[in-house]
Amino acid sequence: MSAMVADTRAVFQREMSLVLRDPFSVIFSLVQPLVFLGLFGPLLAGSVDPAAIGGASPLQWFLPGVIVMICLFGTSATGSNLLFEIMTGSYERILASPLHRSSILIGKALKELAPLIVQAALVVLVSIPFGFKLYPVHVLAGLLLLGVFGVGMGAFSNALAIAARKREWMFWAVQQSLLFPLLILSGMMLPLEAGPRWIQVLGMFNPLTYIVDAERALFSGSFSDPAIGWAVLAAVLTCAVGLWVGVKQVARSTT
Amino acid sequence: MIHTERLTRHFVSKKETIEAVKGVDIDVAAGELVAFLGPNGAGKSTTLRMLTTLLPPTSGKAWVAGASITTEPALVRSRIGYIGQGDGAGHGFRVMDELVTQGRFYGMNASDSHTRAKELTKTLDLTSLEKRRVSTLSGGQRRRLDIALGLMHRPGLLFLDEPSTGMDPHNRANLWEHIDALRDRQETTIVLTTHYLEEADFHAERVLVIDHGEIIANDTAANLKATLAGDRIAVTVDGSDLAAASAVVATRGSDLTTSNGSREVTIAGRFDQGTRMLPWLLRELDHVGVDVRAADVRVPTLDDVFLSLTGRSLREESEVAV
Repeated sequence: MSAMVADTRAVFQREMSLVLRDPFSVIFSLVQPLVFLGLFGPLLAGSVDPAAIGGASPLQWFLPGVIVMICLFGTSATGSNLLFEIMTGSYERILASPLHRSSILIGKALKELAPLIVQAALVVLVSIPFGFKLYPVHVLAGLLLLGVFGVGMGAFSNALAIAARKREWMFWAVQQSLLFPLLILSGMMLPLEAGPRWIQVLGMFNPLTYIVDAERALFSGSFSDPAIGWAVLAAVLTCAVGLWVGVKQVARSTT
Repeated sequence: MIHTERLTRHFVSKKETIEAVKGVDIDVAAGELVAFLGPNGAGKSTTLRMLTTLLPPTSGKAWVAGASITTEPALVRSRIGYIGQGDGAGHGFRVMDELVTQGRFYGMNASDSHTRAKELTKTLDLTSLEKRRVSTLSGGQRRRLDIALGLMHRPGLLFLDEPSTGMDPHNRANLWEHIDALRDRQETTIVLTTHYLEEADFHAERVLVIDHGEIIANDTAANLKATLAGDRIAVTVDGSDLAAASAVVATRGSDLTTSNGSREVTIAGRFDQGTRMLPWLLRELDHVGVDVRAADVRVPTLDDVFLSLTGRSLREESEVAV
């Protein structure tokens, strides 16, 4: 177990060196959530009936959605880095090393999650003057929940990259065709309550819906919302199934 | 260091089973430098990938560096070094960062890993490139970095898959200087695949010739050439001397061939130690009154060995494949 932690740390630090050696990428990654919050937030406030978002302030409602969205974008795209490493050859070198196979996946997913902390902190800080109410402990719990979910998403993304290694275009085709339905049907950007019944039913089968609901509850300072329990279950399941599928794919990836 | 029993790998492609490696038995002792020689698609790389645990065998067993590749793959990985065909270092990373993380992947702590990386950049002439991004390095520099990566944890057994493919002659010579130095300085066992005859010939202590997934020969390059090809001496004489000259050549030579020119004829035969036999042959021919117009000794290459084993030329095949 301790060897696995050390392995995960080594993989994570390798991945992070990419980010740290190129500070411009960090700055750029901070702009994206601000754009969504600054441009989409006002549109949402002007077009959605406050009743559909439970009477909350649009900012309080939308901000957690933006943070889930950054997490989803980052972790679901992480496989493209792996695809590049498969093509150039460094992935094979890593496979030939004694690293735990799951550490390879977890370390890579954590790299997508680390900037999330910085991005979330920035979005929250910027939003406070506009009336966002901060519950620090709840926000931290929310980020932890997203972390568990994100490791699973990252593992799925890497599994997809390995499956698509002989036809690289497949990775983006599949990733994009899954990403947007997942995103829209989770009520992340617009409330599902405002949509027709069938949309709401579809949303119930989307694990991300529970994560988004729980993040909203946590960001408004509630630990008692029943959505949180379901979200923990959804996150743990995503993580466990993602790693299981991912490790199976890693073992198959050199054939 | 390596022992395999009926190691086999099949691939299924479009419902057709391809037997890439057909039950090979390989033994490599500690300290040897062994080359797997064969045309593209012969099964060299597949064998190497099984030995390095990258590919599970369809059947058969193998022990590498004291551990089983099927039941203890992690142990095998921790004891071997592997230098693949692609770029081992990630393109977006810096040279030094990749070396240090490689050490950490093998359980070294950060400071040991850093010290070792410094040592290797010095030996492999990479010191001035430590802060460079891998994508900005030239082909030769990347290959040196690959070797450094493979040596970070001081493996007792190093595998190299087609280490010099695509390199220019200068870089290839440079690569071999490093590999040979490695053999001289440390007790490293080296197993590599190649389709370059000269490499197997000049550098390997033992050559395993692989074709169609089977090992068809296994010996030192010198023995392979002596037993399977042999030196050929050719003498050119006047057409009227054909019978007399052939009789002399046949006393010690075998596999005689003759080729006719307009007035002259060339007779060739296979001899043991051709360069030593040539003066004797010329004296004997002179003795029976044959006027020798030209003489030539051809020392065989491993290509002749491959030709005599399979009836095909390795050189042609590798050129077609490239």
